[in-house]
Amino acid sequence: MQSPFREFREGLRDIAPAMIAAIPIGLLFGALCAGKGLSPAEVALMGALVFAGGAQFAAVEIWRAPAPITVLAFSTLLINLRHVLMGASLAPKMRGFTPLQRALSVYVMADENWAMSERRALERPLTVAYFAGTAILFWLNWVMSTTLGALGGSLMGDPKRLGADFAFTALFIGLVAGFWKGRATAVTVAASALASAAVYVSAGPPWHVAAGALAGIAAAYAMGGHQHGEAAR
Amino acid sequence: MKVDAVTLAAILAMAAVTYATRVAGLFLVGRLQLAGRAKAAFDAIPAAVLIAVIAPSMLASGAAETLATVVTAAAATRLPLLAVVAVGVASVVALRALGL
Repeated sequence: MQSPFREFREGLRDIAPAMIAAIPIGLLFGALCAGKGLSPAEVALMGALVFAGGAQFAAVEIWRAPAPITVLAFSTLLINLRHVLMGASLAPKMRGFTPLQRALSVYVMADENWAMSERRALERPLTVAYFAGTAILFWLNWVMSTTLGALGGSLMGDPKRLGADFAFTALFIGLVAGFWKGRATAVTVAASALASAAVYVSAGPPWHVAAGALAGIAAAYAMGGHQHGEAAR
Repeated sequence: MKVDAVTLAAILAMAAVTYATRVAGLFLVGRLQLAGRAKAAFDAIPAAVLIAVIAPSMLASGAAETLATVVTAAAATRLPLLAVVAVGVASVVALRALGL
């Protein structure tokens, strides 16, 4: 087995491109938070404690003062439910990890370092040092870039002028493209978009999030089974 | 460096549910056997939630935003994430400048 130092370095090497890509997204997130009245300290806390980009962008979109705690927690839960499957898939590969190491590792498990670790496990045993290499600086990078964005965001002025208010819409479209699985996703997206927009116009925020999400999930449930199931995997 | 009490409570609630989703998988190994419709519904969650959040911006904000959504979606079929965001932002600025 390789030295832990070398394992760590290889993890860091594998996560580096995703880390660089996360910097402008983190800066933007911090600036959007500043636009909603969050302080840099609050943004740093959220990045460090929640560490889930998609859920954090969704939260800042529905954020208002005082913070709607239940709505924010529900939106965060729905967006992060995928972690359950990610963790269930990675757990059998964490053979050399102590229970404490597992508990700490999943705290910093994100889409990117999860994917790197899954790929690594195909070739050789996944080590604590490798996982730490993909996770620790990636986590710190997110906390720092979002905090810097919040510090600079108050100087940026109206985000609408630079089109920054549309940036998370564009980011989410890009993220959805990454989850694309053909017609099933198209039906989900259409149902979610129409239900969300209709509820937003008629009942107002924040109900559009739950309405759209449930409509999209229901559409996928209705479609499911008819399509390529396990056989396509 | 101010931290509002309600904001802190919201952040802690978000952190708690997020960690719960992350740690749950460790206890579900071998027990989570989703198939058929249930699996399709579970797989649909990320897209359904992400779209539900941005649908007002996509469909209920104005012609510039809706057209920019079409441009961004086209870009998303072939470009990496950062480029998709750049195309989206540039197109909405251009469309607004046209007075849409």
